[in-house]
Amino acid sequence: MPETHPILETVDLTKSFGMVKAADRITVQIARGELVGIVGANGSGKTTFLNLITGYLTPDHGRILLMGQDSTGLPPRLVTRLGLARSFQVPQLYTAMSVLENVLLALAAQTRKSTGFWKPLYRRQWLEEGMDVLARFGLTSYASRSVAELPEGGRKLLDVALSFALKPQILLMDEPTSGVSIEDKFQVMDTLVGVLQQSQMTTIFVEHDMDVVQRYSQRVLVFDNGEMVADGTPNTVLAQPQVRRAVLGRE
Amino acid sequence: MQLKCGGSETPRQTGGATSRAQHFPLAGLIAAGLFVIVPFVVPGWMLFLLTVALAKFMVVLAVALFLRGGLVTFGHALFYAIGAYTAGFGSKWFGVRDAVLLVPVGILLGACVAALVGLFITRYRGVFFSMLNLALSMILYAILLKFYWVTGGTDGISVRTPTLLGFVPPRDVLRLSYYYFTLVITGAVTYAVHRFLASPLGFFLKALADNEIRIEYSGASVQRVIYSTYVLSGALGGLAGVLVAFAVGHIVPEYAFWLQSGEFVFIALLGGYSSVPGPLIGAIAFEFIRTYANKYAPYAWQMTLGIIMLLIILLQPGGLWAMYEGVAARFSRRVEGAPHA
Amino acid sequence: MATLTIIIVDGFVFAAILFLLSVGLTLIFGVLRILNISHGGIYALGAYMGTFLALKILDWGWNPYLTYVMLLAGALIIGLVVGPLIERLFLRRVYGQAEAIQLLLTFAILLILDDLIKLIWGTTPMLVSKPSTLLGQVSIGGIPYTWYHFVLIAVSIVFGGALVWLVRGTRFGKIIVAVISDREVSQAVGINVSRIYTVAFTLGALCAALGGAAIAPTIAVAPGFAVEVVVQSFAVIAIGGMGSLEGAALGALFIGLARALAIHLWPEFELVVIYLIMLIVLMLKPEGLFGAVEVRRI
Repeated sequence: MPETHPILETVDLTKSFGMVKAADRITVQIARGELVGIVGANGSGKTTFLNLITGYLTPDHGRILLMGQDSTGLPPRLVTRLGLARSFQVPQLYTAMSVLENVLLALAAQTRKSTGFWKPLYRRQWLEEGMDVLARFGLTSYASRSVAELPEGGRKLLDVALSFALKPQILLMDEPTSGVSIEDKFQVMDTLVGVLQQSQMTTIFVEHDMDVVQRYSQRVLVFDNGEMVADGTPNTVLAQPQVRRAVLGRE
Repeated sequence: MQLKCGGSETPRQTGGATSRAQHFPLAGLIAAGLFVIVPFVVPGWMLFLLTVALAKFMVVLAVALFLRGGLVTFGHALFYAIGAYTAGFGSKWFGVRDAVLLVPVGILLGACVAALVGLFITRYRGVFFSMLNLALSMILYAILLKFYWVTGGTDGISVRTPTLLGFVPPRDVLRLSYYYFTLVITGAVTYAVHRFLASPLGFFLKALADNEIRIEYSGASVQRVIYSTYVLSGALGGLAGVLVAFAVGHIVPEYAFWLQSGEFVFIALLGGYSSVPGPLIGAIAFEFIRTYANKYAPYAWQMTLGIIMLLIILLQPGGLWAMYEGVAARFSRRVEGAPHA
Repeated sequence: MATLTIIIVDGFVFAAILFLLSVGLTLIFGVLRILNISHGGIYALGAYMGTFLALKILDWGWNPYLTYVMLLAGALIIGLVVGPLIERLFLRRVYGQAEAIQLLLTFAILLILDDLIKLIWGTTPMLVSKPSTLLGQVSIGGIPYTWYHFVLIAVSIVFGGALVWLVRGTRFGKIIVAVISDREVSQAVGINVSRIYTVAFTLGALCAALGGAAIAPTIAVAPGFAVEVVVQSFAVIAIGGMGSLEGAALGALFIGLARALAIHLWPEFELVVIYLIMLIVLMLKPEGLFGAVEVRRI
């Protein structure tokens, strides 16, 4: 059954910081199941765009629609509850707990009464789901180990796994391969994209590494100076000289 | 930034049981047994100390919960005083001195005030959280002083000896029966807090000290976590206040002074705030330290506390409980030979 | 009308005292981002040491005008000794640890200082009134004030001005501001951040000790003094904005005037007025009047 409504839509999204227009009338529609990469140089506005749709920043003008619902101005917590989960450039993990406990808390957070105080966190249903999530991301062997023992790639995987565990409609990854060594980059992305495609989850990822974008995204959005200057398949978009200049030339 | 916890509490772990989790229920049973038989082994004054320690343990638990979440509260004397004056007013103004009746009232009042005050207080973190709840307890202190025709002012209120459900314990078993009454309540509350710590809320509380951002971006509300804990802590504070009031027999406005809250924080630190037994050990140790300090160094009480606190913070942040765990771990390793995987 | 004048004068006197008490606390918070609960202890030590030295020279029959020098000397001794001691021996070890631990450390030091005072000087209150009576009295609206009270107001203004000049107008001040805004970058540029921390803390301790010594002639110093002022000083800087010098001045003024009003018009509220104001201001503007809103960075 083809879905007519986009799963994520922004209309004229604008945000200024003083004189600088970090987001300039961004209008875009993303359909369910798409795998979209977002690129742009530092200061191009891609991070601002990310922060706007996740609710960290409030736009000056424009609207954000998640699954048809207006989410403009909602704080991150409510945006997450609407179905948009994100992972972070620097993994945000509970470092004093075990890997499994991190996942269990994510599962607990999604329930309506996330502040239940009588039934234990370690309950059968969540343990099964949690181990399943860890298995998908290849982290099973780390389950009862502390987060501190995870290697860098593992931390990134866990960070995404925690957002994935929320069963969102859209998963947004912020520079998933940053900080990962060149040898491991593709391995990490293979795992991540594999899991997400398997569950047909709409995925958006912001990336600096052009090779990663070219290889994994079905659609690329290019940001420059607060505007979205290109939107298309990786090959068509990245062939355009002004795009190459915008993304690579100004580094 | 996470607090240095000396031995975190993980109730059950999926991959390989730890020796700690195995001997825990056994140690708990032994401890419970000890508490039951102790009145027959120790002198009366020590039994009194233990009763007070058990009662204070309740409010120290509350403070420990917040420390677990990375928050220092200098204001729990507020609920403690509310509980104490519940017993006091019961005695003075309503002619009620039944502990079984007044304990739930104290708990309820503590929880209600916390529910009200918490709406405002839980928006803050860090030093603001600490100092704002300090301010609130000081407001109560000022009220208790100023409205002396109701509260007894600086003289305080004498609390009559408690009855238990109408039963008036004869003089010679009063101390004993009140001890058991306190023990039963403490046991029940300890079980409840134990479940709390193993629940999602308990873990979110620990996560608070760790990474607030991840909590919010999971869709859970940090404020709700703090608020729920605050209401629970208010109930615990009120409970402690009522129990101590009956045990000691006399209450004064200083029960609301911020140094009283400081004392609770000290005990939590001394015993180790990451566990449930820690605060209890701290409370018992505290009563003994105080008795001996009064005898040998009466003018240096605050300094004694301060020095001990410094030593704990700089040398063994996990407190007495962490020291016990360290010793126990070394012992069990020696017993079982090869180190655990 | 006489009452209004009295309230205003009283208010300014209280404000001066509160400012001298709190400015060091806000300075330390601004640079080290630590709420130094032991601040009250240093303040009390300054008061005690100043009083003690002043009384000593009066005992020896020296020129009573030298009591002012003694007050200053007492403050300097305390500030320059206790300040670096606390920072280097204790505070330094908990930099980078959780805020809660740092708070508890300074609380422990407060307890120690308060009893230390008892051990050194005993529990009988001490008063050196010579410095304040020496300047004579002046009657305002029927109430006798000493000129010393006005000296206090002048001292607090001069002191505040000196600090602002130090922070805004000198090279040293610019270094402090640099460390405040970005510690890592400052370190990268070659600033010895750990020495700046010691200097800043000592400066704050000096302010505390000077404040204590300055007001000592107007009160009888007694045990428990240290603990009393802790909450007041926090209220002042919380209202004004933690880390802001102007904020400390404004907060001191607010609370000083409010307290004067309470004493003369609603005496039952005198004790609570400081807490009530703190609660109200923080409810309306959580970061304080001159405070900066801290934005969480992801």
